[in-house]
This record gives sequence, structure tokens and C-alpha cells, in this order.
Amino acid sequence: MPTPRVKIPASAAKGEVFEVKTTIDHDMESGQRKDKDGKPIPRKIINRFVCTYNGKEVFSADWAAAISANPYLSFFLTATESGTIEMKWHEDGGQVFAASQAITVN
Amino acid sequence: MRKRVVAALAVLTAAALGGKALADPPFDPKDPKMAPYIAGDKRSGYTFAEPETRAMQDDDFTNPGFLWVEEGKKLWGKADGAAGKSCKDCHGDAEKTMKGVGAVYPRFDPHVNGVLLLEQKINQCRTERMQAAEWKWDSKPLNAMTTFVKHQSHGMPVAVQTDGPVAPYFDMGRRLYNERRGLNDVACKHCHEDYWGQHLRTELLSQGMPNGFPQYRLKWQTLGTAQKRIRGCNEEVRAEPYPWGSLENIALELYATWRANGLRVESPAVRK
Amino acid sequence: MRTTTSGVSRRTVLAGLGAGAAAMAVAPRVALADKAATDEAIAKILGGVKAQDGKVKIQLPQIAENGNTVPFTVSVDSPMTEASYVKAIHVVAEGNPSPQVASFTFTPTGKATVSMRMRLGKTQDVRAVALMSDGTAWEARQEVKVTIGGCGG
Repeated sequence: MPTPRVKIPASAAKGEVFEVKTTIDHDMESGQRKDKDGKPIPRKIINRFVCTYNGKEVFSADWAAAISANPYLSFFLTATESGTIEMKWHEDGGQVFAASQAITVN
Repeated sequence: MRKRVVAALAVLTAAALGGKALADPPFDPKDPKMAPYIAGDKRSGYTFAEPETRAMQDDDFTNPGFLWVEEGKKLWGKADGAAGKSCKDCHGDAEKTMKGVGAVYPRFDPHVNGVLLLEQKINQCRTERMQAAEWKWDSKPLNAMTTFVKHQSHGMPVAVQTDGPVAPYFDMGRRLYNERRGLNDVACKHCHEDYWGQHLRTELLSQGMPNGFPQYRLKWQTLGTAQKRIRGCNEEVRAEPYPWGSLENIALELYATWRANGLRVESPAVRK
Repeated sequence: MRTTTSGVSRRTVLAGLGAGAAAMAVAPRVALADKAATDEAIAKILGGVKAQDGKVKIQLPQIAENGNTVPFTVSVDSPMTEASYVKAIHVVAEGNPSPQVASFTFTPTGKATVSMRMRLGKTQDVRAVALMSDGTAWEARQEVKVTIGGCGG
């Protein structure tokens, strides 16, 4: 079961820009490879990432098969209020992996 | 004649690509930041890697190998097998009890009267003491546990023993290391002793030090062990790889690890 | 056989050149057809707007350590306020089997700076296109050499 890992500061000053770092263990099977018998291995990648901050979508990304396995993603947000930063990784076929972290803004 | 072809290939491919385009990664032996990766004449693979690759290794978060360290930690505390035990039940906190253990493998095990790899010792505990099924070679749990245990020796010098009962394995390893093999008819030593620091086609040859294993390889897009890499090397020179955990592959890993004695354990490293 | 001053015979030198050329031939520059597919993909993204050069910065190695995992950062210097922000950055690779790499959608927060790792099948240009809140579009490109190693590569 892919497990997302997230690195976000536990607290930030209001208006401060902070970095969000994420990784998730996933093969990102591109659909380009063939197995030992020459049959194509079907594509199975994480195709979408969405980040919400207290329920409001603040950043999202659409990924193609050219993203390397075990995708690492770093992006930046501005600290506005204390609350929860939620992240979702959407896999081909509909499965969703999620992680969230609380942040204190003073 | 063959030696000259290899050398000529190396030099001329570099020239064909244009000297500037194939600049070696920056490496200054006097740079204090490089000191932990050098021991006398020995250089860790870290010193042959590009700055982006080194940066990936240096940060525990960006280093993908830590996904396996964390998985290994989870497995350490999880009971498995008919005996209902976890590693933790016998060994306590790995951070204390496994410190230094990874640095001396492969090593002689009196229980089996032979040299074992760390992976094999882990499986021995599972089958004999936990009454659990052994983990398959290159499986996620075996790689995770091996990385987690080896990581507890991070920063300590590699220190495998080669005397006493280990001597016959060491001698075999040294013979295999220096023996030509495969369609390409080269030995490990040709790349890693005679031509390290030069280019084979566009590949910068390292000294082949395994102090970073198990490691995340950019090419594999996953983590793998020295066993996997030694098999891969054999495939690259178009030789039949020895089976996982075979006498020959153990001897080769033992010899290669002995060559790295003194270099610090970097598991999990990040390499190309 | 006459030898050069370095002691390598002329036959060896020519053999080496041939092999070197063969290594180069396996990783050729991108064919015109791939570029056309990428231009089409970008035209769709831009929806009629013309992209100007500038504002977008791509950080990529000149030579990829390995094409399977190439770290990259794309950024646009922008205040990221409601009045002026980057709406999206699209990253494409001209020489890959299909050009799309990733598309990032922003809101007025943080910085327009994103880092990930991509797969590149051969030496090629990577392009980043940024769409701004004021309706303008900006583009940058960089070539990445993806080599075929002699061993393990």
C-alpha cells in the first residue's frame, strides 16, 4: 500500500512562505515496458495530486508517465491561518492515497 | 590489445562528445565536505556522483532509500511467524542493538559454519527463531529490513574480516574479482581498479565500493542490494550472473566489501 | 603497425572512433516529428495565446546522471497575489514517446516554484510554459544530454 510522506513545518508566521515536500512509494508503471514474455505491462501511475488548506484547494498537479517512480514533489504555500493541510494522490483506476498535517500559524 | 581498445574507446568517445559536454562531476579531494567519503586511496561512489545525485542522498527526506528504512522499522516491531515474535522482542531497539552490525557483513556465522550475507542472517532468524517464512531475494520486506539494519551502522567504517575461517571465501572472491568473464572478456578489476576515474563510453567508472548498499539507483528507480548490482555487472559484460546468495556471489560481495574497509557505511546511498 | 606517440596503434584509434560513433548514433538528436507533436501539445495548452521567451526558469542538469530519474525545478518570479500570479506551468519533453511530463496549477499563494523528477528517454529539449493571470504566456527550454553508459547504463 503506497504510503505518502510529507514534510511541512509544524508552525509558521502569518504571511510566511513555507515549503511542502512530499514523496510516495509508487512504481509509476509507464505502460512502455514489456514483461518477460514480451507482453506490454499496463500503465498504472499516479495521475493527479491535490493539496487543500482548510478545505480550500491551493495547489494541484497532473502527472504523466514521464514522472519517475517514487514521485518526489516540492511546492510552496503561504501561511494564512492555523488548520490542516490535506493532500491526495489519485491513481489510474481511481484509488486515492491521502495524507494530512496540522499547521499552527501565529 | 584488449586493454588498449578499452582505453581508446574511453578517450575517444569523450572527445567525440566534446570535452565540455562530458565534464566530470566536481570533486575536490581537499574539500572538507568530501572528507567523510574518502579513506586514503579509497573513494566512495559518492565522490563520482553528480551534485544533484549527492543532494538527493544528503537529505533524509529527498533520499528515496529512506522509504525502505521506514518500512524496515515497521517490520522490526511487527510479530511474524508461528512463534509470535517480532525482531524487537529478541533484539530490543535496533538503534542500539544493531549499531555496528551492518558494517561487518558479509561475515562468518559459526551456526552454519559458513560466510553469510546480512540478508541470509535475517532470513535465518525468521525461519529458525521466528518460525516465519523466509523473505525472497530482492523482495520489498527483505530489502527494507536489510536497509534498516545496515542503516544503524551509518557513518561507521566498513570492517569486514577476511582471516581465519573467512580466508577461503576471501581467496575465492579475490580470484573471481580478477578473472575475465563474459563476451566482453573483462574482470571486475579492469573497470574498478585499472580504469576507475575514466569513461567507458559515457559512463564514469567508480572504484566499485559497496559501502552505500542497499542503495537507491536512479537507473533502477528503486532500491537494491549489492547482490543485485553484482549480478547486473555480470549481465553488463555479457556473463551469466551467479544466483542470488550463491557461493560465488557471496565471495564477490565479501571481496568487494573488503576493498571498501575504512570507507563509511552510507546506506541507503543514492547512485546512478 | 605504426603507433601514435601515445602508444596506441592507428587501427585501435579507428576502432575506438567507430565504436564511439556507434554509441552516439544510438542516442540521436530528436527527430522533427517529435517536435511537431510537442508544438501541437503546447498550442493546445496556450489556446491561441503566443508564448514569449522569458520569465520561466528551468533547473535541469546539462548531462543527466541517468535518464530514468532526472531532478528538475521550474519557477516563475511572481508576487503570487490575486492581482498577479502564475495560473499554471506545463512541462513537456520533446523527445519522449509522449511529450507531457506534468502540469502544475497554482493559486495566489506561496511561490511559483515546483520540483520533481522526470524520465527522459534520450537527449532532448525540455520545455516549460507558464500561463499568467494577466493572460500572457511565457516559455523556456533547456537541452538535457541523456547518455548511454558503458556499464549499468
